[in-house]
Amino acid sequence: MTAITVPAVLPERRGHTAARRRSLRPGVVLGLAFIGLLAVAAAAPGLLTAHDPLEISSAGAFVPPGAEHLLGTDQSGRDTLARMVYGARSSLVMGLGATAIAVTLGSAIGLLAGLANRYVEGAVMRLIDVALSIPDLLLALVVITLLGTGTVNALFAVAFASVPYYARMIRAQTHVVRSAAYVEAATALGLRRSAVIRRHILPNAFKPLVVLATIGVGNAIGAGASLSFLGLGTKPPAPEWGNMLSLGIQYISNDPFMVIVPGVAITLTVLSVTVVGRDLRRRTEGRS
Amino acid sequence: MTAPLVRVDDLRVSFGGHGADVVDGVSFTIAPGECLALVGESGSGKSVTARTLVGLTGHGARVRAAALQFDGRDVSRHTERHWRGIRGAQVGFVLQDALSSLDALRPVGREIAEPLALHTTLTKAARREKVLELLRAVGVPEPELRAQQYPHQLSGGLRQRALIASAIACGPRLLIADEPTTALDATVQAQILELLGGLKRGDAGMLVVSHDLSVVARLADRVAVLRDGRIVEHGPTRQVLQDPQHEYTKALLAAVPATHAKGTRLSSAPAAVIRATPREFDRSTPIVAAEGLVKTYAGPDRTHRTVVREVSFAVHPGETLGIVGESGSGKTTTARLILGLERADGGHVSVRGRRWDSLSPADKRAERRRLQIVYQDPLSSFDPRYTVGRVLGEAVAVTGLRAAQRRDRAVELLEQVSLGAEHLKRRPLELSGGQRQRVAIARALAPEPELIVCDEPVSALDVSVQAQILDLLADLQERLGVAYLFISHDLGVIHHVSDRVLVMKDGEVVESGDVRQIFTAPAHPYTRTLLSAVLTPAPLPAG
Repeated sequence: MTAITVPAVLPERRGHTAARRRSLRPGVVLGLAFIGLLAVAAAAPGLLTAHDPLEISSAGAFVPPGAEHLLGTDQSGRDTLARMVYGARSSLVMGLGATAIAVTLGSAIGLLAGLANRYVEGAVMRLIDVALSIPDLLLALVVITLLGTGTVNALFAVAFASVPYYARMIRAQTHVVRSAAYVEAATALGLRRSAVIRRHILPNAFKPLVVLATIGVGNAIGAGASLSFLGLGTKPPAPEWGNMLSLGIQYISNDPFMVIVPGVAITLTVLSVTVVGRDLRRRTEGRS
Repeated sequence: MTAPLVRVDDLRVSFGGHGADVVDGVSFTIAPGECLALVGESGSGKSVTARTLVGLTGHGARVRAAALQFDGRDVSRHTERHWRGIRGAQVGFVLQDALSSLDALRPVGREIAEPLALHTTLTKAARREKVLELLRAVGVPEPELRAQQYPHQLSGGLRQRALIASAIACGPRLLIADEPTTALDATVQAQILELLGGLKRGDAGMLVVSHDLSVVARLADRVAVLRDGRIVEHGPTRQVLQDPQHEYTKALLAAVPATHAKGTRLSSAPAAVIRATPREFDRSTPIVAAEGLVKTYAGPDRTHRTVVREVSFAVHPGETLGIVGESGSGKTTTARLILGLERADGGHVSVRGRRWDSLSPADKRAERRRLQIVYQDPLSSFDPRYTVGRVLGEAVAVTGLRAAQRRDRAVELLEQVSLGAEHLKRRPLELSGGQRQRVAIARALAPEPELIVCDEPVSALDVSVQAQILDLLADLQERLGVAYLFISHDLGVIHHVSDRVLVMKDGEVVESGDVRQIFTAPAHPYTRTLLSAVLTPAPLPAG
């Protein structure tokens, strides 16, 4: 109830920050370009390579990078580039699929906690706290132990491991939005509780989710690759970056490229998605 | 005539590459021992001008001046290093918001000692002595205790005193106060002004920046009225306030709701009469009635704080009931109880004879439409994703209007608040403060309410915009017969709009009655204190 006089915001300055927000940073451009490349690889791998990922080359095994095999061949004589390009699809499916499942489940739990009475909220949030105290990979391993190994199970394992993050964020957002003046104003207009939740609370609580989910896609790709590396996710001979990395380690002294190529690809993917995600956050910040 | 302490000639400041000049050719001098006030509304360039005097114009600012002198030396080419020697030592700066300008993680004593450590050779023990001396000088009781406390543990008035103490610690030649009392309650404001007035003695100069003419009247020897970066009028305080020459100064003075302006228009000169005062009302059936309202909040460590205590009143059709009180007096909580947004712990609220707590959810929703609210900060009361059209569309849809007619009704509502259909597509963020408040009022009018609760609706607005909004509210009342429950800390505003007044203090109604009776013959000592703290803008006998 104090008299707050809003200090004069100089329009020039406001324009200044807006311009800075719009400008594209070089890192973000590179990140977007790399994500674009991955999308092409996942959608139409034939465009990027002429080889089949499972075909054994007549040139033999451990061929160094050259004109015929741009990134060389592996221990069985399969084209590494082809395996990388075809492997992109399972990485993207892992990233997007696991994040989609995690976001859906996490938001549902977060909303339940945020809108229910404080007893339900307390119980749900303590469970979430317990889940958060276990490292993601361990949690994923527990799920794998319960479900068994394989591509689809690994996806669910990665998804479940990140559910608590989304649940916690959505609950906190719901709390912020629930007490906002515009929610009260809508209530004062005589809107039904359900309409207030649907029109005002949900959309505004979900706003920061896009950013967090983008960064989450990068993490899920990394986590999926880790599980495959441990032999718990996608199994060879199907091309997947994690299992390629794992295979490559056995031959690291013969052909370091077998480790370097998938390792760099995983790193670049996670990096690109994270950089783009952070840029999204920067752009949406302050626009409450 | 002695050499001026500060000489500014043709100062121009712009931001960004080729932005327009925010300060556009400002010239003034401050003599030793003199107090100059820069008065203007938001965006007039007054704060930027003051900040330029200590080299804090801001990032990306372009400062040009024919002369920019402090104490006879040219400071226009000063680098950051030079400025550091001047700030704190020769120029003290007091900002509006003491809570955000004091370091939250340090006891105030250390904050005050900082300029002493930087600019003097005093030992640690001597500095501690000096801090206590300064705190005593600015009227802080128990300085030994207060010096150990953190800003959040102090009241607004004490924080502002502590900030002033740190600004005057090194005995500066010039004290700059930027809106020094704007965030304070009326009684505290009066005390701080008295303190600043006392500091004026001696040969130090003072520059006060304010949007509030009454503050200026108390402190300044001379006044410069700024508008759009230019000084439109400049002269001795008495002359400027009593016999303003420029149209803008006249409008600014007329916009202040002074005693004699009741019932007249504030935003146009000469003042046009809107309605006769006092007005007569049919007091048989109130729209809302509060009976012995009590509200307590659970504090930390299981303590309970009673914020509203035994409050009873009624609002009748077409009238305006003003609730006045300082921060924390329970005004807003009372309003929320009336609207049924909060449940009372004791007593009850009746809406047209039916108690809130006896209504079914559907009945509650129906009754809510008859009671609407306008907030102090309209921006936060709009869904940030919505355009004005959607905001109003939603409000109109609640009344059960068919989709085809909603747009027409929304435009009609906008026209009632003097906005046009072109505003439908705009986002609230793109509107000015006054326009936002108009949209908020339009939304409140959508369900054709019988009562609108106005919670500090003009407190965040410039005085000329405040005048327009107050006029708009009066017009709407004349036209639509809507009643207002008008909450404000500003006695001038309350006097202007109200038919009856409740004075609240610490959650209780200490006095209530007809507005003339309260203002001419206050019965309760607190009301008298409050009224005596009111500053009249012009040192004139109020008519």
